Amino acid sequence: MADTMQFDLVSPERKLTSVQAREVRIPGADGDLTAMPGHAPMITTLRPGILTVISAEGSTEYAVTGGFAEITGDSVSVLAERGLPTTEMTQEVYTTMVVEAKRQHESAREEAGEEAVEAAAKLLADMVAMGTHIGLDPNQASL
Amino acid sequence: MPSLKDLKNRIGSVKSTRKITKAMQMVAAAKLRRAQEAAEAARPYAERMNAVVAGLASSVAGSEGAPRLLAGTGADKVHLLVVMTSERGLCGGFNTVIVRLARARINELLAAGKTVKILTVGKKGREQLKRDFGQYFIGHVDLSEVKRIGYDNAQGIARDILARFTANEFDVATIFYNRFQSVISQIPTAQQVIPAVFEGGAEASSLYDYEPSEEGILADLLPRSVATQIFTALLENGASEQGARMSAMDNATRNAGDMINKLTIVYNRSRQAAITTELIEIISGAEAL
Repeated sequence: MADTMQFDLVSPERKLTSVQAREVRIPGADGDLTAMPGHAPMITTLRPGILTVISAEGSTEYAVTGGFAEITGDSVSVLAERGLPTTEMTQEVYTTMVVEAKRQHESAREEAGEEAVEAAAKLLADMVAMGTHIGLDPNQASL
Repeated sequence: MPSLKDLKNRIGSVKSTRKITKAMQMVAAAKLRRAQEAAEAARPYAERMNAVVAGLASSVAGSEGAPRLLAGTGADKVHLLVVMTSERGLCGGFNTVIVRLARARINELLAAGKTVKILTVGKKGREQLKRDFGQYFIGHVDLSEVKRIGYDNAQGIARDILARFTANEFDVATIFYNRFQSVISQIPTAQQVIPAVFEGGAEASSLYDYEPSEEGILADLLPRSVATQIFTALLENGASEQGARMSAMDNATRNAGDMINKLTIVYNRSRQAAITTELIEIISGAEAL
């Protein structure tokens, strides 16, 4: 069996990366998972988090939010609404993302049902966890 | 008969018009390239998204738990038309063809006794539709401040539409835009986005494991798919607009050139006529002596 697989990270605006990867760690909605060549085909939605790609050149980390990952035995495609290398993730970008999540949480609390509030709260918590991982401060974002 | 001075001024003004249209054509050409690149870059995402959602939809369709975005409200009474046009003019028939298509659809729907609601994107189409269908307008999206269309813009429009759908304001949503074919041809297109329709047979999706459930993923992806379709439409429209402007300005430049040639001939003829008259006057004056 081949020991690498095709990995694509695509955002709505452009193709972010396309490499041969040995291993991809994906922040799935129901928990993290690692895809390696020969993984059973699956589709999972993403939660905001860190996506790690391990290829021959080493490992690269991307911060991704929203979207899904499609895994087949020999390829992984991640369609993320927003995705950028953690090295390019600045406090400024992160702050706007957290503010957005907070706002969504607020509006969900006002109008929508319990389920939506829970989903928004989870989104916010994931966002905060992601920031802490990269070393950015989620508390700078205030409404 | 205009005087020589008038003709000269006229030629001068047509010449400067030609310079302007020429410059606009070149600007449009540069923008077109950028718009085409953007549309090209967005294609992989849209295609993949569409494939996955179509696969999911075909396996979930018909079941009890199908999301409303896919199954619809069960009614076909209120139609929302999202008409996407440009913010600026001077782009030939670009806006007119979209409006014509939308107008035909509106009349058809009204004749069938349906309720029509219109959401306009871009002010040119709004102006054209306002006189006949102004009473159906429910909103307008202004993109005149936007230099480069981003996914955020599409997301904003999608959010607005989805909120209205959740509030039961309409049953069917259709978007109108120009699909980019080439610089000289743009195809006005009507595309139904809610409830979602998928063309062609979807691939078998039972191949995959789903996490969370198929319904869960679909519920998450359908709103994103709406945003993606709108984003694609905006980009196609952007490229079409620049293409249409480029060919319109090319025509204008050529017409200005023709006009300058004609005016120059008239100018030369009347100058010669004036000289001839003067000569005849002098000669006949001399002969009379």
